[in-house]
Amino acid sequence: MPYRLLRFALNKKYAEPPMFTEPSKLKKSYDVVIIGGGGHGLAAAYYLARDHGITNVAVIEKNYIGSGGTGRNTAIVRSNYLTAEGVNFYDKSVKLFLDLSTEFNLNLFYSERGHFTLAHTDSALRTMRWRAEVNKHMGVESVLVDRAFIKEIIPEIDLDCRHNMPVMGALYHPPGAIARHDAVAWGYGRGANMRGVEIHQNTTVTGIEVKNNKVVGVKTNKGLIQTNRILSAVAGYTPSITKMVGLRTPIVIHPLQACVTEPMKPWLNAIVVSASFHLYISQSSRGELVMGASLDPYELHSTRSTLDFAEGLSGHTLELFPFLSECKILRQWAGLSDMTPDFSPIMGKTCVEGFYIDAGWGTWGFKATPASGKTMAFTVANDQNHEIIQPFNLSRFEQYELVGEKGAASVGH
Amino acid sequence: MKILKCPINGPRPIQEFIFGGEYRPMPDPNNTSNETWADYVFNRAGEPGIKREWWYHLASGTWFIAEHDTVKDVFIKTYLLQNITEDE
Repeated sequence: MPYRLLRFALNKKYAEPPMFTEPSKLKKSYDVVIIGGGGHGLAAAYYLARDHGITNVAVIEKNYIGSGGTGRNTAIVRSNYLTAEGVNFYDKSVKLFLDLSTEFNLNLFYSERGHFTLAHTDSALRTMRWRAEVNKHMGVESVLVDRAFIKEIIPEIDLDCRHNMPVMGALYHPPGAIARHDAVAWGYGRGANMRGVEIHQNTTVTGIEVKNNKVVGVKTNKGLIQTNRILSAVAGYTPSITKMVGLRTPIVIHPLQACVTEPMKPWLNAIVVSASFHLYISQSSRGELVMGASLDPYELHSTRSTLDFAEGLSGHTLELFPFLSECKILRQWAGLSDMTPDFSPIMGKTCVEGFYIDAGWGTWGFKATPASGKTMAFTVANDQNHEIIQPFNLSRFEQYELVGEKGAASVGH
Repeated sequence: MKILKCPINGPRPIQEFIFGGEYRPMPDPNNTSNETWADYVFNRAGEPGIKREWWYHLASGTWFIAEHDTVKDVFIKTYLLQNITEDE
């Protein structure tokens, strides 16, 4: 490796070719237009090209790829959800994640850490037991563990939480992992681009043309595109896009804030989540502690950071890990969470012909990236909902058939 | 600290308030179709803009309406429900 580096140092040409080509102009028409160049949009483009042979595809991104939720989450991958529908879907995603580094020839730093969801109350413990049983039934490794087990794996934890809501047990999910989230977007982007998909960054969608309840085109700040199929994969910006086609959804946007501390020697291998303390924490491969909290308490379309958050999160972190009191927060940011009333995504066909939706990703979007891409690609290619996303259709609300997922991150139980 | 003006108690720190969601007039439950009712129960105007929202002042138990710019996070005005103008 050092020899290779030396060779690059002496070479005038930049060693690594760009991840994908920058197309010069939009074409007049595409078979499929994907709005949103985050992990989900690019994954859908990748599987459309690789599995379904649809390569005349444009991904339209108003900023740069992975600039939204993809690069703002806390990069946790797990499948220990509460409902059968949820477990089924996220398990497919975890399995796809395992092969992605090889498939992309790009190191995603996918690292299985084991995931603890701490229970501080009897009712939380009851939900954990319920989740463990649902998980086992669906073939997902997940087990209820006691305090001694937690202490053995994480000796630094103060299970008594300074006598404020002591930990009673935890749901332990060994396949829980973290990954380098922006690399997931790059890998999918490069793979899609190699197969002919165009990625248009800095291109904003300003309108969608619908005729006789069918989509016919997309208006952008760089011109009009004709297309019969549009996939909206814009997470926190979904309501603006659905308004363009006259669809109403239950999505409400709340910011979710996160932060990282200064880097330190590796001491925390596991991922620790506490719903009661509104906290999830893991140590990245760079040594920083990555910490997330609960949703901001009111609707907002801004990614501003607040002192309230930094104070609240630090307080709760210290209840679990008092020795971190001298540790400094390095940076803080927010992402937009598109929340649904049943903490489940909205995916699939809509009542507007040719308009497909991939939204409602709230606090659970990153871990779903591969499965969402794969199932949405199937749905767009065949104009038919993939069977595992059938429960997540937008029409579930008018039929009063909600999913009731409470295993989502930063959701109280 | 962020300040919100309660129409009864004046400016107070935002920690004293609870967000109650978008203000939506309720259709008559006895004379409405299932679709309209489902739309009322679940669907929201989620796009950014200036919105009328329900807010609750915890300390005094006051529910009121706030006009909130959800992009800039600025509260434009607050008033009690009886002072709302429906034709906006």
